Amino acid sequence: MSYRFNHMLGIEPLTAEEIVFLLDQSKSFQEIQRHPLKKLATLRGKTVALAFFENSTRTRISFATAASRLGADQMNLQAESSSVKKGESLLDTVRTLDAMKPDCIVMRHSSSGAADFVARNLDVPVINAGDGTHEHPTQALLDALTIRDRRGNLDGLNVTILGDILHSRVARSNIHLLSKFGCRFTLCGPPMWLPKELESLGAAGTSIRRVTRIVEALEGADVVLTLRVQQERLHEPALPIGEYILQYQLTPERLRQARPDALVLHPGPMIRGLEIDPAVADGPQSCVLEQVTNGLAVRMALLYLMTSGGADAPSEKDSSHAAD
Amino acid sequence: MRIVEKSQLMTATEIDRTVQRLAHEIVEKSGGTANLALIGVRRRGVPLANRIAHAMRGIDGVDVPVGTLDITLYRDDLSKVAAQPILQSSEIPFPVDDKDLVLVDDVLYTGRTIRAAMNGLFDLGRPQRVRLCVLIDRGHRELPIEASFVGRSVQTSDSEIIEVRLNEVDGEERVILVERVP
Repeated sequence: MSYRFNHMLGIEPLTAEEIVFLLDQSKSFQEIQRHPLKKLATLRGKTVALAFFENSTRTRISFATAASRLGADQMNLQAESSSVKKGESLLDTVRTLDAMKPDCIVMRHSSSGAADFVARNLDVPVINAGDGTHEHPTQALLDALTIRDRRGNLDGLNVTILGDILHSRVARSNIHLLSKFGCRFTLCGPPMWLPKELESLGAAGTSIRRVTRIVEALEGADVVLTLRVQQERLHEPALPIGEYILQYQLTPERLRQARPDALVLHPGPMIRGLEIDPAVADGPQSCVLEQVTNGLAVRMALLYLMTSGGADAPSEKDSSHAAD
Repeated sequence: MRIVEKSQLMTATEIDRTVQRLAHEIVEKSGGTANLALIGVRRRGVPLANRIAHAMRGIDGVDVPVGTLDITLYRDDLSKVAAQPILQSSEIPFPVDDKDLVLVDDVLYTGRTIRAAMNGLFDLGRPQRVRLCVLIDRGHRELPIEASFVGRSVQTSDSEIIEVRLNEVDGEERVILVERVP
């Protein structure tokens, strides 16, 4: 079964079957990371525009590397040094990019819905690399690929998410994705980051509970997703940093509450000694570096799916045979 | 457009006999199986490669390593095909460096699949030698590629298609010649 994706704006509208298809396609690209020669000519002559209106290092490098390994050229827009600073509107900026005829636009923006807005106004495929507090679909896909590789499947897991869930698009995309496979969620963090609205996220009927005590939150967890704590959001008197560490840091002792084979994920950048203890970050349960490698595979798969092939048409019965 | 079956080119018994002969030929021309490995090109090259390896075990008593190669990412017509070709995984569980490789596919036609397969192989390393083994060679090459081991050569026209049907993939075992009728 094959699916066609015109854009990749978020996980929420996808079906479980489409997600499984995307993860299966990503598997083929995991192999390529192990080849001595990692560069393919598959997207030779195609151009991927990387439009990052919000600072990003790892996601931008990951997309740029994914495009390079597929043989695509890149256009780079960094808000810091661009006309955005001079007051140009988002639509004018992306129209200018589009006029240079990229085959795909990868964009990140600090406003929720920015990628949707661009996709509605341009004909080119758009991949959302993070929009405000809305979604970060490639992060959720790479997390799912990492979990599936280690555990075999995604069904019915107990997932604990720690940290600033209110502001986290990573948490939202992960809840959307994993809830389609019947996972149950425990959200844990300071009460100011755990509004009741979070309980309505995900597929209908998803079990989401909010817990403020970390040991209670970790009990029986199969997967622990630790979020980055943005220090600019921690300020006195609401919550001093020392207090956060004391109450919410993921330490080896606390992790013992989770299942012995529980996986620890972190989208990065990871601040050792703040949200996570170094012993956990480097421990056998940590998947942090696998996540990074899988990010390349997922992004290669999406770029491949969205920029190769022509217009909508029924798929060939046996495409591998049709070539010869 | 309709597709009509014109004739049967090989029966199950003939396919089996041809596979046995190809295995013997490869062993003979390679002076044994010492450094040999087979690479089946997805999809129908894979069961054929496995069968040839099985036949070689009967000849030499040695297990020749078998890998599989998906050539989708190396195709030269990706921007021309309408739909998105689905990727399958390549599994080559041995280093290809300095190996004596035999690519195995069902039908040799334009040569483009084999060109793609060789590109894929060379991303994995530098084999000592690469040869090609096909069940059917139907002519109409568009690239300077020939097979070292051929099950059967068949004269065909452009509108004809050769369908190799194997139990592992198609649930039946025969080779037929079909034609597109407008």
